[in-house]
Amino acid sequence: MAKRSDGRKADELRPMMAKVGVVPNADGSAMFAFGNTIAIAAVYGPRLLHPQHMQDPATGILRCNYDLLSFSVSDRKKPGPNRRAQEISKVTEWALMPVLDLKEFPNTVIDVQIYIIQADAGTRTAGINAASLALAHAGIPMKDLVCSVACGKLDKDVVVDLTKEEEDYHEGEGATDFAIAKVANYDEYSLLQLDGKIQPEVLKQVVEISNKACKEIYEVQKKALKAIVEQEMGGKAK
Amino acid sequence: MSSMEVTNLTIQTFKKMFAEGKRFDGRKLTEHRPISIEYNISNKAEGSARVRLGKTEVIVGIKLAIGEPYPDSPDKGNLSVSGDLLPLASPRFQAGPPEFNAIELPRLVDRAIRDSGMIDFKQLVIKEGEKVWTLFIDVYPINDDGNLIDAASIGAMAALKRTVIPVLDKDGKIDHDKESKEKLIVSKETAPISFSFFKLGNSIIVDPTREEEECCETRVTFGISKWNGKYMINSCQKAGEVAFTQNEINTIMDLLPKKFDEVNESLKNLL
Repeated sequence: MAKRSDGRKADELRPMMAKVGVVPNADGSAMFAFGNTIAIAAVYGPRLLHPQHMQDPATGILRCNYDLLSFSVSDRKKPGPNRRAQEISKVTEWALMPVLDLKEFPNTVIDVQIYIIQADAGTRTAGINAASLALAHAGIPMKDLVCSVACGKLDKDVVVDLTKEEEDYHEGEGATDFAIAKVANYDEYSLLQLDGKIQPEVLKQVVEISNKACKEIYEVQKKALKAIVEQEMGGKAK
Repeated sequence: MSSMEVTNLTIQTFKKMFAEGKRFDGRKLTEHRPISIEYNISNKAEGSARVRLGKTEVIVGIKLAIGEPYPDSPDKGNLSVSGDLLPLASPRFQAGPPEFNAIELPRLVDRAIRDSGMIDFKQLVIKEGEKVWTLFIDVYPINDDGNLIDAASIGAMAALKRTVIPVLDKDGKIDHDKESKEKLIVSKETAPISFSFFKLGNSIIVDPTREEEECCETRVTFGISKWNGKYMINSCQKAGEVAFTQNEINTIMDLLPKKFDEVNESLKNLL
């Protein structure tokens, strides 16, 4: 197989870092990093949705906003959401919805703000991991955490957690980028987004390999949540 | 009644019917409506097509303009897909800033084509590093009766097959008065098409009508083509608040090449 530029094995994630409680003003917040990709997320709500005509008396709504900070990429990004960011915001909402039950919060909105501070591929998946932690930190009822990873293919080889350098791979079949989110302890895939060239049979393998990666991410997320509970409870939590 | 919201009663009825493998119009769950294609629907466009999928109708026009290459691809032309959900096409579409559906549709059409290898973007270079052709694909629904994304992707693929490159005058500007005979070269091997799979309860259907589509809980769209004799998925996007199971993904993977062959076969005499 093609050797990965940073020497990782095919199914090896970059070093992960997760920290909960990074924005004191927010109801919940978290940072999540895959190697050089760093995402932060803050949750505000549930709070009454304005303008009032947008309120839904049957349920609360989830509203995500994802964007790259202007300096997070090689060529400065013009501030403000472009169509890519709008699309990622939407798929992030869809990725997180299966773990939430917002019927108990009629007429409200939960705002999830996700920003990328440093981008080295996999930004949407890092953002979803951070957002999942921030929602849990905000005390929103959730049936589980959502774990997300960008898998893919370098020429014909299936790999997880591609870097930007790997995404730009052009040999053979080139690079395929397949962002997946999974509800940690359920057979539910809530984000499936792909660009590239991949055969249907290989796509099945990638989904399989993402299960293992999601388990590792889940452990990192749980550890970060335990750390904040211990810190905020002054070490009294079990 | 065309603008009535979908009721819970309709959703329950569809859920029950789909579970029994039935649909209102008598189709099987994974059966498409009849597809038809017309070409040259606008003679100002360098390529154009109208696609009908049952009562759904989408028109696609292609224009070429002279532009600059992107710094990271000085030896390639550009592709730009856009579109608008015209209020003409449905009581559900509103004028004003684009809603998410209107943003997503062209992006999915773009991705299905871009990575498929259907177009060699190197042929669109006029002067390397300086001047290239930008291929503008614009997609407009004329009547929305569901499955717009797949209809639009067929329309874009079909229009590309009949697209010409405009004639340049001696100053290097486009000469709109001269009819071009130079065809855009497209791969003979592949015709990338997108297929959307919609889920309601435990059932998965394709090519929904507008009413069926609105009842469904979630969708996943795959762009598929053939490349060096192999089926290749070039794009995928899940849309909707409900997740898919691994088994459902695997089932779709088995179905996808079959649907691709079937639809290509039905388009054989139309392309």
